[in-house]
Amino acid sequence: MIRSHILVCGGTGCTSSGSEEIITSLEQNITNAGLDGEIKVIRTGCFGLCALGPIMIVYPEGTFYSMVQVEDVPEIVEEHLLKGRVVTRLVYDETVTQDAEVTSLDETSFYKKQKRVALRNCGVIDPENINEYIAMDGYQALGKVLTEMTPEEVVQTIKDSGLRGRGGGGFPTGLKWGFAAAQPKGQKYVCCNADEGDPGAFMDRSVLEGDPHALIEAMAIAGYAIGANTGYVYVRAEYPIAVHRLQIAVDQARSMGLLGKDIFGTGFDFDMELRLGAGAFVCGEETALLTSIEGKRGEPQPRPPFPAVKGLFGKPTVLNNVETYANIPRIILRGADWFAAMGTEKSKGTKVFALGGKINNVGLVEVPMGTTLREIIEEIGGGIPGGKKFKAAQTGGPSGGCIPASHIDVEIDYDNLIALGSMMGSGGMIVMDEDNCMVDIAKFFLEFTVDESCGKCTPCRIGTKRLYEMLDKVTKGQAVMKDLEKIEDLCYHIKENSLCGLGQTAPNPVLSTLRYFRHEYEAHIKEKRCPSHVCKDLMSIVIVPEKCKGCTLCARVCPTDCIAGTVKQPHVIDQDKCVKCGACIEKCKFGAIVKQ
Amino acid sequence: MKSLEELKAIREKAKENMGVREEQSDSIRVVVGMATCGIAAGARPVLNTLVEEVAKEKLQNVIVGQTGCIGVCQFEPVVEVMEPGKSKITYVRMTPEKAIKVVHKHLMGGEVVSAYTIGEVGK
Repeated sequence: MIRSHILVCGGTGCTSSGSEEIITSLEQNITNAGLDGEIKVIRTGCFGLCALGPIMIVYPEGTFYSMVQVEDVPEIVEEHLLKGRVVTRLVYDETVTQDAEVTSLDETSFYKKQKRVALRNCGVIDPENINEYIAMDGYQALGKVLTEMTPEEVVQTIKDSGLRGRGGGGFPTGLKWGFAAAQPKGQKYVCCNADEGDPGAFMDRSVLEGDPHALIEAMAIAGYAIGANTGYVYVRAEYPIAVHRLQIAVDQARSMGLLGKDIFGTGFDFDMELRLGAGAFVCGEETALLTSIEGKRGEPQPRPPFPAVKGLFGKPTVLNNVETYANIPRIILRGADWFAAMGTEKSKGTKVFALGGKINNVGLVEVPMGTTLREIIEEIGGGIPGGKKFKAAQTGGPSGGCIPASHIDVEIDYDNLIALGSMMGSGGMIVMDEDNCMVDIAKFFLEFTVDESCGKCTPCRIGTKRLYEMLDKVTKGQAVMKDLEKIEDLCYHIKENSLCGLGQTAPNPVLSTLRYFRHEYEAHIKEKRCPSHVCKDLMSIVIVPEKCKGCTLCARVCPTDCIAGTVKQPHVIDQDKCVKCGACIEKCKFGAIVKQ
Repeated sequence: MKSLEELKAIREKAKENMGVREEQSDSIRVVVGMATCGIAAGARPVLNTLVEEVAKEKLQNVIVGQTGCIGVCQFEPVVEVMEPGKSKITYVRMTPEKAIKVVHKHLMGGEVVSAYTIGEVGK
């Protein structure tokens, strides 16, 4: 009889910090202690608190262990599992109160303000076991639509819920379904965009890894709603764990008759397949994605016609992203009103954000729409490391923009972000502090789009390249003020003339940094100075003679041998030879080496 | 999958298997002392019997766990029952047979099995 379950995070974050080895070691140690048959180890999806991985929860107590190492496993088995003594040094600090009482995880500042809808099963169930999904009311929603609802009612429910696409643009999902459903009967398709490509975004990945059946169920529901019997999931080949688990889930669903012919004896047929993308960012754009599924080069097509009318293989197609689908079963089971009660007037429900950059709790958070940026960064995210000052948050990846510190109290929803010159995008949120140079950030994202432009249309192919070169001039101190005007002109030109979303949004990081941080651009140009000391051509590393003790550590670590000086005498950096790698700064124990 | 009933049956069974992971604040907590002294005195079979019996009787508001040594080593195996809003009951010198009785009388019937409590045994 099983008396205890141990949940170990098997998401990508924890896997790369060794959770597989931990699972192996756990199973071994449990067997050695003669506890197999009493204790079960379960590999789950992402818990969200990636910064503290690998993560482990022991039930029935619900003890939350963080940053577990393989070496800790024997102690956990011996102490906790065998003798019932919690290994306090590994327990997540936030779950322990001052009187050493262990509190619930839901009470910690990371989880307290979160509301998990799309991520409801991530870190809770074993994604490779369909029974655990079913235990959490899985496939109930599919059963409900097939036996109790007409396709029109399903579309209406999604419309009423106010759900908008979580992949970027925020188009109302119910409306999209309605368009496809209104097309004449015949071959139609349901597709899923799992080609998450924004740097720093990993919410779709986590749903695929932690709750793949939610996607399958939702796609079957969409199939019923629009009259389609075939689905395709377009997923990046760079997500091996996600691909593996999704394939297992599809196979399990098929063998249980939840995919295939005559589902629930209602005569409804639906089946689906995976298509692996080769990692082109443009294939996240809907027309390029569908072209790629067809086996052609992934290039965008002009719209209209929209995919709902003429999509995959020329047939009406519904294409939604993973997170959008993950909301569907809950909306069906709990009702449109329940979903619409969360969020703001025009943005309903919750949104998952991938928190990254200069933030303590790097990870995945799901909050109701309308949560302020301040709540996300200061409370859930645990603030900025090292007591540094918050400068801006970049949302929407290479298509988005920055929200400066002055707008930290903005309620986050689709429309407020657009008004600020950024966008929701897929939900990547990169936090920046005073050490980040905003010109450098804009240049970083533009370099990405230059690389990823498919080359089909000129404004994007050549425009982004020229824009990048101009930014490069700014960061090298070679630009003149007139270049700023040129940069802005070119930005608008690319936005207005590009064929697809990639080009139309590529200049956003530049425009939004120009809007809020123009003074930084001007400092680069007029004063030949990078205020954050990031741009290498505009900064130098120097030794402050008064602080230098002459310990020679810096001279020994310098890769170009450009630091000279005798023992116990202040050292000097030869600026001509210095490559500004910063190795000396890290080594100096006296804080005598600074960027200026 | 041919019917909703079929799905429901799978769901009920799967739910039972996952019961260990449910966290409820109003549950009755039953903990078994599992330090060296407890294990040596036979706490493991007591713990396993409790888990099995609670599952067999489908007591969903009962969490069976373990704890370390509470300092009354001569009375091991020790089982403590903690109900929200009530004082803690400590059963001592437990055996699997006694454990079954505690499940039925105390956890299901709400009646403390006084004969096994530390107050009685320690007299």
